Amino acid sequence: MRLSRDKNSFKISVGPVHPALKEPIQLNCLIAGEKIKSVDFELSQAHRGIEWIATRRNPIQILYLAERICGICNICHTISFCTAVEKIAGIEVPARAQYVRTMGAELERIHSHLLWAGVAAHELGFDSAMHYTWKAREKVLDVIELLSGNRITKGIPTIGGVRRDFEEKNHAKIIEAVEYYRSVFGKLKAIFLDDPVIKSRTKDIGVLTKKDALTLCAVGPTARASGIARDVRQDEPYAAYPDFGLKAITPDQLTGEIKGDVFDRIVVRLLEVAQSADILEFCVKNMPGGKIVYEEKPIKLLAQLKGVHGEATGRLEAPRGEVFHYVKLVGEESPYSWKVKPPTYSNLLPWIPMLEGEQVADIPIIAASIDPCMSCCNRAVVAENNENVLNHDMLHRLSVEKTENIRGQLA
Amino acid sequence: MFEMAKELLRQLFKKPATNEFPAKHAPKSVLKLLEKVSKGKARLNPPIPVPEKFRGKIDYDRNKCIGCKLCIKVCPAAAVVFQEKERKIKYICSRCTFCAQCVDVCPVNALTLSNEFLIADYKRD
Repeated sequence: MRLSRDKNSFKISVGPVHPALKEPIQLNCLIAGEKIKSVDFELSQAHRGIEWIATRRNPIQILYLAERICGICNICHTISFCTAVEKIAGIEVPARAQYVRTMGAELERIHSHLLWAGVAAHELGFDSAMHYTWKAREKVLDVIELLSGNRITKGIPTIGGVRRDFEEKNHAKIIEAVEYYRSVFGKLKAIFLDDPVIKSRTKDIGVLTKKDALTLCAVGPTARASGIARDVRQDEPYAAYPDFGLKAITPDQLTGEIKGDVFDRIVVRLLEVAQSADILEFCVKNMPGGKIVYEEKPIKLLAQLKGVHGEATGRLEAPRGEVFHYVKLVGEESPYSWKVKPPTYSNLLPWIPMLEGEQVADIPIIAASIDPCMSCCNRAVVAENNENVLNHDMLHRLSVEKTENIRGQLA
Repeated sequence: MFEMAKELLRQLFKKPATNEFPAKHAPKSVLKLLEKVSKGKARLNPPIPVPEKFRGKIDYDRNKCIGCKLCIKVCPAAAVVFQEKERKIKYICSRCTFCAQCVDVCPVNALTLSNEFLIADYKRD
């Protein structure tokens, strides 16, 4: 889509590097006065060629590559990749490993949503609220440390299970964290949802209707805030979710109405923090015993994977929405193909109906409201053959022409 | 808004949530402060212990290594390089992602995890 300018409108570009954005993306807005008339954006400003690198590595090495697609939802990408490979090779994951994976994913959800709530508060100018939320987030990072030894990047899932276990001695600390988040949830609710200023800054701002959300294929909290009760954990349960019986969260469960505005997206994310705490408690109480990995020796596993042919997909509900991995193995050491569809990719187009008709000052909070993760969704670079872009050859030709011109004049 | 104000007042009387620095204020001279500490005149806040499952710098026991190259096969960052002449490996810490996959795979436990995390240096090796 190209923005067409007329007499009464003005084009402003936000990004690719801009203080209001945490990651590189270029938003081109056509404005009339303070109102945004139309929006366009340019993706792929941080391409890393991860899928290409993967075709030169073996599945064990790809685990850590997949982890680095996204800093925040790292475990989701790894589990998703593992699920796809397990489907191809027919590997069954032990029950205990499924529970540890679920707990890892839920801890990550709490951490991601609280991080987002802090960023949203910061975008609105509530820096005290941001620091308070991030202080609350420290608790979940401590629990992640109990599992993996690291705060963010876990390196825990492997093909056919997990590499480290949540031992029984750590369960008390997880329950303590669950109780802490239940008490914090009440406070966060009071700070974010009962505050008159936050309410007036977010209510009826950046509205995404249910119809738009469906046609533009929004996923995750963005879709659920518009009233689409869609959640991979509910629709196609994996890991320990079938035991828990999860129900997708929509904002009407708390407020009684669905508007699809920024406020509803805050409601959904805060409710999901409470829901994740419930899932954690359930997992701790019902943790089955037994093995945590299908094959303890990675080399044996690699030898088994070298002999399999086939293609499969892995779906997972990441904090931002659905993660989708496609893997094709052709009996070689490296996969023939690996395709990643991160949640932000689906949540970018809804920006257009959200931003249209809003004020310029609302761009930061609306842009942040889908919890964008730009470098996650950089799968390709499109080099346009545009007349306005001077490539090296054209520039060189221009230079040579000028030299010849001058030579002609001097002669 | 009042809820936040109340919460902020409450926070005023709580200990900081972050870990303490070794010294509360930046000293004018670090060396003088360390001298004072060694004489027992000043006190530094002790470092926070690393978590139990922390994966730090990897220790390599050259004598135990049998040169089986399994670590090279699983290393995602090419941080392990094989030395043909000695039939031993070289561990390059600046490339390491600390996933400890090589520690898990080593058949003779020549590679072990340490708690060391202060690995910034001027030299690459």
